[in-house]
Amino acid sequence: MGTIVSTGWNVQAIREDFPILKTLVHNKPLIYFDNAASTQKPKIVLDTEYHYYTTQYSNIHRGVHYLSQIGTDLYEKTRHTIKNFIGAASEKEIIFTKGTTNSINLLAYSWSSAFLKAGDEILITGMEHHSNIVPWQMACQRHGANLKVIPIQEDGSINIEDVKKLISGKTRLLAFTYVSNALGTINPVKDMIDLAHQAGAHVLLDAAQAIQHIPMNVQDLDCDFLAFSGHKIYGPTGTGILYGKEKLLDAIPPFEGGGDMIKDVKFEHTSFNELPFKFEAGTPNIAGIIALGTAIEYVENIGLDKIYAYEDELLQYGTEQLSQIDSLKIYGQSKHKSSVLSFLLGKAHPYDVGVILDHLGIAIRTGHHCTQPIMDHFCIPGTCRASFAFYNTKEEIDALVSGIRRAAKMLL
Amino acid sequence: MNINQIQDSIIEDFSMYEDWEDKYEYIIELGKELPEMNEQYKTEENLIKGCQSRVWLHAEEEEGLVKFQADSDAIITKGIIGLLIKIFNNQSAKEISNSDIYFLKEIGLQEHLSPTRANGLVSMVKQIKNYGIAFNLKS
Ligand SMILES: Cc1ncc(COP(=O)(O)O)c(C=O)c1O
Repeated sequence: MGTIVSTGWNVQAIREDFPILKTLVHNKPLIYFDNAASTQKPKIVLDTEYHYYTTQYSNIHRGVHYLSQIGTDLYEKTRHTIKNFIGAASEKEIIFTKGTTNSINLLAYSWSSAFLKAGDEILITGMEHHSNIVPWQMACQRHGANLKVIPIQEDGSINIEDVKKLISGKTRLLAFTYVSNALGTINPVKDMIDLAHQAGAHVLLDAAQAIQHIPMNVQDLDCDFLAFSGHKIYGPTGTGILYGKEKLLDAIPPFEGGGDMIKDVKFEHTSFNELPFKFEAGTPNIAGIIALGTAIEYVENIGLDKIYAYEDELLQYGTEQLSQIDSLKIYGQSKHKSSVLSFLLGKAHPYDVGVILDHLGIAIRTGHHCTQPIMDHFCIPGTCRASFAFYNTKEEIDALVSGIRRAAKMLL
Repeated sequence: MNINQIQDSIIEDFSMYEDWEDKYEYIIELGKELPEMNEQYKTEENLIKGCQSRVWLHAEEEEGLVKFQADSDAIITKGIIGLLIKIFNNQSAKEISNSDIYFLKEIGLQEHLSPTRANGLVSMVKQIKNYGIAFNLKS
């Protein structure tokens, strides 16, 4: 039980790639289990940013000069890398943003202007991150549309029958998360996307918690839009992606106006640049985007399928071990789950558990994880959440378990 | 004892504890011992919302001294509330409004009074002082 079966997986070698994993916290070796909030960066990503700023830096898309050309090429190379990584049909479908939140807000403005009318419905699930709720509430308010919510079941999954019931001819958009950040649930994405399309609705897939764990192909999934953040897939903060089918991105207006997104500016009229630049106003996070390309290449070199297999082992092992702790309850027990363990320890408040684990060098997240509706659903103030990445080990999970037992002794 | 004398005695109490675990065990004990807050005061109005833990605070003035009742849903927060109540309870409004809280730093628990902690304690101390100012103005 609990032995690593993945062949050729050398977690120690992988840990060497992440300098921060050698950090001491309160004089103890850092155990980083807050990967769903953000992931650590491999040295090669840090080196890329450093190298870019020290030897290649200038603004892009503007200059004829040498550095501007290099920067533009590197920046566009990331677009190419990401296009291949998610299986998009063309680079025009890859929009650089600041992150998932920014990608969703772009759509909530631009897509809604083109497609959302009074009386229409937008369908989300009960497990969405606030960033896939609030922008749609705001859009519905602007356009007189209604937000509908697919309920979650006791185990944290969705019943496809509920989706069928709630999708109708009024549904214009199904916006939902591939993986729940608070519960780990992996949703039946393909079935949900097909149901939405049968009803004539568009689909936005929030892949913030999936892109770093699950191999995916946007053309196979057939989602119309997909959003994710660079910082959750070992890349820099302030970088993100919005994928959209070309014909839809063509059909919706720009979000922000400014430099780079225009073709021709007159005071009477401005014509917009073509895709993807129409959605990329202003000087972007150039170094971050270039380093995001490196992060994706790093992940591809290891192989997302291998990463998935190893993280699933960690999840199974962690679930087994945590389940043996008296009075510990795991929230989110869906059959299909990603490497997130959300739990409560007896009547102990998550904050107290988090403070004690922190003193043991263990970083977990406590609170509502920006998913207040989930917490309301289970009538709890929040949970403790340990989320694993492929640089974590079973020994670290053992340390978590003994830390929780220590917390239990102090708190219960 | 005045506010600073109480803070100094708390600092002395804590000097016995060498490691974090003993300190926290003591704080958790204080949290458990904190007198129950009157349910009628656990209102939305008295609630100080932190993202992590919630804190309720109620104050009244009796014969020139301010009486506090408080509670939290997290026991460590509650223990620190216990310390704050020790310090501020039965002091005059004027002393409260002029006070400076330094003991948390001295006992190595400053992190709990950091605005980024979102445990409600920073707002609680602010609120305690606001009560001090308000009662002071009234008298
Ligand atoms: C499912 C999900 N969607 C959206 C977001 C928002 O991502 P960001 O804060 O990077 O914009 C997160 C981040 O926690 C998330 O987990």
